[in-house]
Amino acid sequence: MKMLINVPETVVADALRGMAAAHPELTVDVENRVIVRRDAPVAGKVALVSGGGSGHEPLHGGFVGPGMLSAACPGEVFTSPVPDQMVRAAAAVDSGAGVLFIVKNYTGDVLNFDMAAELAEDEGIQVAKVLVNDDVAVTDSLYTAGRRGTGATLFVEKIAGAAAEAGMPLERVESLARQVNENSRSFGVALSACTTPAKGSPTFDLPPGELELGIGIHGEPGRERRAMMTSGEIADFAVNAVLEDLDPRNPVLALVNGMGATPLLELYGFSAEVQRVLTARGVAVARTLVGNYVTSLDMAGASVTLCQIDEETLGLWDAPVKTPGLRWGM
Amino acid sequence: MLDADFFRRWMAATAVSVDREAERLTALDSPIGDADHGSNLRRGFTAVTATLEKEAPDTPGGVLTLAGRQLISTVGGASGPLYGTLLRRTGKALGDAAEVSGEEFASALRTGVQAVMTLGGAVPGDKTMIDALVPAVDALDDSFAAARAAAEQGALATTPLQARKGRASYLGERSIGHQDPGATSSALLIAALAEAGGE
Repeated sequence: MKMLINVPETVVADALRGMAAAHPELTVDVENRVIVRRDAPVAGKVALVSGGGSGHEPLHGGFVGPGMLSAACPGEVFTSPVPDQMVRAAAAVDSGAGVLFIVKNYTGDVLNFDMAAELAEDEGIQVAKVLVNDDVAVTDSLYTAGRRGTGATLFVEKIAGAAAEAGMPLERVESLARQVNENSRSFGVALSACTTPAKGSPTFDLPPGELELGIGIHGEPGRERRAMMTSGEIADFAVNAVLEDLDPRNPVLALVNGMGATPLLELYGFSAEVQRVLTARGVAVARTLVGNYVTSLDMAGASVTLCQIDEETLGLWDAPVKTPGLRWGM
Repeated sequence: MLDADFFRRWMAATAVSVDREAERLTALDSPIGDADHGSNLRRGFTAVTATLEKEAPDTPGGVLTLAGRQLISTVGGASGPLYGTLLRRTGKALGDAAEVSGEEFASALRTGVQAVMTLGGAVPGDKTMIDALVPAVDALDDSFAAARAAAEQGALATTPLQARKGRASYLGERSIGHQDPGATSSALLIAALAEAGGE
């Protein structure tokens, strides 16, 4: 598999050097792997720190900036960052108002952020944590690691970020983040596997005429494989899977998210089909975001995330944001 | 008796075998994980070797505590905290004695394995590193060679299991039929004990 890289070992560092050069509004510590908004710490305001394995760009580093994350910690490709990074990030952004860790529910991320929270608290930083677990493809039971964190991470980071920017206290930012997660569900499909730089070949075999339903964002295979379906059929399947677990009485935010290698032309067509299914199911859509936001390297495919909102969370969603990956209103 | 040199040899032998087997570990991690177990552990144990050389701790407990802390700071993922906790808690249980007996080490390693079970929430049969480590600790009173055989057997025995912890658990029944990469790397760690002991 051809890749636009030097060597696999420096992929993350190379990308961070590029981010540093392209985004002078961010402070990028390439050696310690921490991306911080340049004006941090912002006096009197709660800070948001997230992070996770690399390979999901623009998540998380591309969401650092006013109105969203204060800092992000990129790990190796598909590997959680280490506690040292998170503690360093928390220390860099804490104004004294406390830090919220936004953690996707994967064993590695949870363990490392837990260790980091303890260490940061030892340094006198007040830390709260919110776990994102929106993926309905995984049964949340004693027999799995629980539902994965995927597309809802963007909703949590945006809405909690706006709450922090508005000057809300840590407990309120945390409870809003939790509320957004609890009201969000996702389902993803893959048309191709992805290739990690370290392995150099696809993480699983997917024959040309088939697709994988219920995939995660780490090239792990999904729950089920079927003969290739049309965009409309996939939208029916994905939206219905989400609505099995979410019964929105309020309007929703819809994220029609590309996994990395699916063109916007296809994503917009898919988004039209998603809208069709939602209308047929009587679900009102307040806002729709279409694009590659929570990706899985070069995987082809898409995910649908719905988040039931109310007046307050919609206002926070619409609030200005200025990051490399998401920008409006400023 | 086992001195700090023995534990340095253990870590060095682990680094060599993890490096040698990295591609195999990553290949095992592809169908049921995310294809990075070998490269992550290689990065971790390379850093452990370097830091042990630099800081040269002179007790068994010091060697393992430092190695564990280094893994936590270097590896990331689930294996960083889990392997890091295994070594750090084993090291702490050894205290600051200059030498420890085989029995003392076996008891300390049991403490380390229990800490891993508490942290990760896995029990035997969940298709994780615990499936290699628990039988290894049980056999450690006999000999390092017996522990190695037990760990290897435990790793092989994960193949028919359905994963209940970690990323492989997302696959449900499709995790059956694949050997667990974490149990496999744990077997390498235990096998390195036999090498360090000259068995």
